[in-house]
Amino acid sequence: MNQYESKIVYDVKGLNLWYGNDQALKDINIQINKNEVTAIIGPSGCGKSTFIKTLNRMIENVPNVRTSGEILYHGLNIFDKTMRVEELRTRVGMVFQKPNPFPKSIYENVLYGPKIHGVKDKQMLEEILETSLKSAALWDEVKDRLHDNAYGLSGGQQQRLCIARALAVQPDVILMDEPTSALDPIATAKIEELIDSLKADYSISIVTHSMQQAGRISDKTAFFLMGELVEFGNTEMIFSNPRDKRTEDYITGRFG
Amino acid sequence: MDIRSEILNDKGINPMKSNNPTQVKVEINRQRINRRVLINEILKKVFFASTLFALAVLSVLLYRIIAQSIGWLDWHFLTSKLSIFPEKAGIYGVIIGSVGLMVVVIPVTLILGVSTAIYLEEYASKSRFQNLIKVNISNLASVPSVIFGLLGLALFGRFLNLGSSILAGGLTLSLLVLPIVVVSSQEALKAVPNFLREASYAMGAGKWTTIRKVVLPVAIPGILTGAILSISRAIGETAPLVVLGIPALLLKVPTSLMDDFTALPIQIYYWTLDTVLTPEYANLAAATIVVLLITLFLMNSIAIVIRNKTQKTY
Ligand SMILES: Nc1ncnc2c1ncn2[C@@H]1O[C@H](COP(=O)(O)OP(=O)(O)O)[C@@H](O)[C@H]1O
Ligand SMILES: [Mg+2]
Repeated sequence: MNQYESKIVYDVKGLNLWYGNDQALKDINIQINKNEVTAIIGPSGCGKSTFIKTLNRMIENVPNVRTSGEILYHGLNIFDKTMRVEELRTRVGMVFQKPNPFPKSIYENVLYGPKIHGVKDKQMLEEILETSLKSAALWDEVKDRLHDNAYGLSGGQQQRLCIARALAVQPDVILMDEPTSALDPIATAKIEELIDSLKADYSISIVTHSMQQAGRISDKTAFFLMGELVEFGNTEMIFSNPRDKRTEDYITGRFG
Repeated sequence: MDIRSEILNDKGINPMKSNNPTQVKVEINRQRINRRVLINEILKKVFFASTLFALAVLSVLLYRIIAQSIGWLDWHFLTSKLSIFPEKAGIYGVIIGSVGLMVVVIPVTLILGVSTAIYLEEYASKSRFQNLIKVNISNLASVPSVIFGLLGLALFGRFLNLGSSILAGGLTLSLLVLPIVVVSSQEALKAVPNFLREASYAMGAGKWTTIRKVVLPVAIPGILTGAILSISRAIGETAPLVVLGIPALLLKVPTSLMDDFTALPIQIYYWTLDTVLTPEYANLAAATIVVLLITLFLMNSIAIVIRNKTQKTY
């Protein structure tokens, strides 16, 4: 059996993280599965972004960050010396809070990943372009202006372009940090629909500040509070029958 | 005092004090306001006069130079060699000398300057040591050009035995403008938003790939603008070249980077020195100044066009 065929994509074991002397993540234990959407919820500053950025080691771009514990990605510890971040990040795509396309054409944006990883064949590139844009539900809107600058697109289109860009290298995980917080409700609905359709092929972890969004799109929900993972389980369970009092207080809107 | 507060005052109510007993009432003083309006008007005129003064001086200067160059600045002047006879003299060799300097200065400053800026901005850790380097590079940019001339003389002229060749002159001028190119390139790199770098890293790109494919394309207009401005400064510099010992009258046109040379600002300097004995040299100097000014003006215009053409999209 291929290592990438296992059901468990991420197995996080006893993860701690410090910014300098401030501990931002405390003993996190969580499993993220294939073909599931995992929502990460919690009040502002509880460590959601920190956690998701640790999964592809983007957190290492912040100076003075220290971690302990293990994050097994298909059984391999991502902190291991033999793990190349470039390889990890090729298998684990990321979509940011604010759409961040490159100031290049739509074509160049989508094909950035394939090109830096050495795909040169023109026909192959065109194929990747089309399938990625189609998977990101953007193809029909941009197929006639593939060579226009990405910044001519609307915010929602830019975000779907960023998703297409992430899909173009065929990752198996997509990490999203509040991908709809800068978008209007219609654009948000499109992205949510898209996430639902992507589930068939990818494992998705999404940070959201919207309980409704978590409820609508996720299979599992993780509730973070002050750097701790308070509760993790099936979304239905978490929202209908939370085990922890703090989870209940949060989802019923008593704080946050 | 406005009408509202006057009415309120008549009724014995102080509007400023009504709901906050500790607040001091601010007296509105018409005279004071009038005085400030007046001062403002006067200062506006003073500032305008200052601008006018600078413009006037510049115009007189330009007028005199252009007037003196008329009749001298012609095709013959641009295409002939130097000569001690004013009517015969042309600046062909001088122009070749200046072009030769640029052939050295442009690649040297671009390669060294941009590499240094990339190292400092993108690779070096933001440590105290790095700050020290940065401050020192900025300081270097304000060192008088004669000092760079002396350094060039010692290092390139004597130690590397390049004498007063184009290569020695070009390297000396490169040293002079390098700090400016480094600082302006650093600014251009700093202006590239971090979220673009993050987007690239998140795609699995390494540092150099990110710099080459994302950071540099965005930063290059800014880098070029700074580079062109510093190179145009190099074209106009005299002092460091005088220190190197450029010949006062060079009859041969240089054919390689190892040849002796003379350049536009130097030739202006030498001709001006001799105007007492040969008054026509003033006309030659004026004609050369016009050529130099047009060159600098063109270069600065290119820099401005590049800067204005690259509007921020993100
Ligand atoms: N770059 C950083 N340097 C230092 N502390 C940080 C940094 N980023 C986040 N933090 C701290 O870590 C904690 C978690 O932040 P974050 O993960 O951004 O929370 P969230 O995404 O849930 O709002 C906060 O207390 C925040 O102040
Ligand atoms: Mg966040």
